[in-house]
Amino acid sequence: MSAAAAFAPAAHAVSRMRYLPRPRGDVSDALLRGLSVGDAAGLAATPVRPDDPLADDDLHLALFLAYELHYRGLPGVDDEREWDPDALGFRRRLERIVEDALRDAVGREPAPAPEEVPALLRALAREADGPFSRYLERSADLAAFREFLVHRSAYHLKEADPHSFAIPRLAGPPKAAFAEIQADEYGGGDGAWMHSFLFARAMAGLGLDPTYGAYLDRIPGHTLATVNLMSLFGLHRRWRAAAVGHLALFELTSTTPNRRYGNGLRRLGLDADTTRFFDEHVEADAVHEAIAANDLAGGLVRFEPALTGDVVFGARALLLLDDRNAARMMAPWTEGRSSLLPGTAPLPGAFEERGRVA
Amino acid sequence: MSREGTTIRAYPDGPFLVRGPVTVLDGDGNEGEVRRPVVALCRCGRSRTQPLCDGVHGVAGFRCDAASRP
Repeated sequence: MSAAAAFAPAAHAVSRMRYLPRPRGDVSDALLRGLSVGDAAGLAATPVRPDDPLADDDLHLALFLAYELHYRGLPGVDDEREWDPDALGFRRRLERIVEDALRDAVGREPAPAPEEVPALLRALAREADGPFSRYLERSADLAAFREFLVHRSAYHLKEADPHSFAIPRLAGPPKAAFAEIQADEYGGGDGAWMHSFLFARAMAGLGLDPTYGAYLDRIPGHTLATVNLMSLFGLHRRWRAAAVGHLALFELTSTTPNRRYGNGLRRLGLDADTTRFFDEHVEADAVHEAIAANDLAGGLVRFEPALTGDVVFGARALLLLDDRNAARMMAPWTEGRSSLLPGTAPLPGAFEERGRVA
Repeated sequence: MSREGTTIRAYPDGPFLVRGPVTVLDGDGNEGEVRRPVVALCRCGRSRTQPLCDGVHGVAGFRCDAASRP
């Protein structure tokens, strides 16, 4: 039996969320009740006033769950809810709050000339190299690495899916470049090399539960915001160029951090099965970044120059949320504390025993 | 841009991308596993996975614009 055939049943068994997360406030409570009880009409009356729209735990859980209807679905929630006008209207209200905050925080600099886009994206990527990946390479202990994977599980267990929503919104050579990248993300025809599956193996290698959504209760809003950003860009045609800019910068800022993460895990004695996700990203994203910056992003604005500003906006939005996310993960680790929310899904040998979690 | 055989394309400030069937050997002649239909070859000289690219040209600020404009 091929490796892919052996992995397929295991991968499928853990690909669905097993339980709904607990509400974190009025917003996620209203959404969860609206979706599972079927009282979506009450959503319109729910006030949404987050202190920090780009990190709020309650808002970003609600938005994450609203988007999840378009991915793997939610346990106990009818798939019909995906196109429920009340649920969509509520999601739209949350999105507007996030979009307004993003525009304020990212700013709108004058768009560069379309032919300058690949070089600008490379320059943004060079500036993005911060202390986070070096900390994981040189200093982080296993507890921090486990928490890192729990944070990242919000995205990597559905790796590539948010951007893939943007593919049918493009045409011609940029679309071909997009599909070439995404096909590689999905294992190039071999499910055992699908990046989301490699990530699940890395989680298992660290003693974590690789089931989709297993740790959602523990993942703070500033992390969910990084995934909601991708869903926002992927699910709206008007943001298709931002999805492209986001993907390009994601690829351009991937190889060096992933090499360091792999080195960090090797320093801690983890095996090749566990580091493969990170090692694979060094080789794969060295290819992807060249295609994404030049053929995808550069190609798109050559065909549609009016989209140049949105490509850059998508890239800058990624940098903004990733920077904040990295700082908020790392600060508690350096003080020996947990970066996760308190909750019922325990991590093996983690900060729980010495940290703030009851 | 479909072409016969294997193509090698230079990317600005980045690697050579090779599309098509290739066998990649390291400095000792050992064959590396090539799974994907496109591989990136190091052009900046700093990659730690020679002859493959490991993306280090980005943080190293490698420049080669003039030679690689399509």
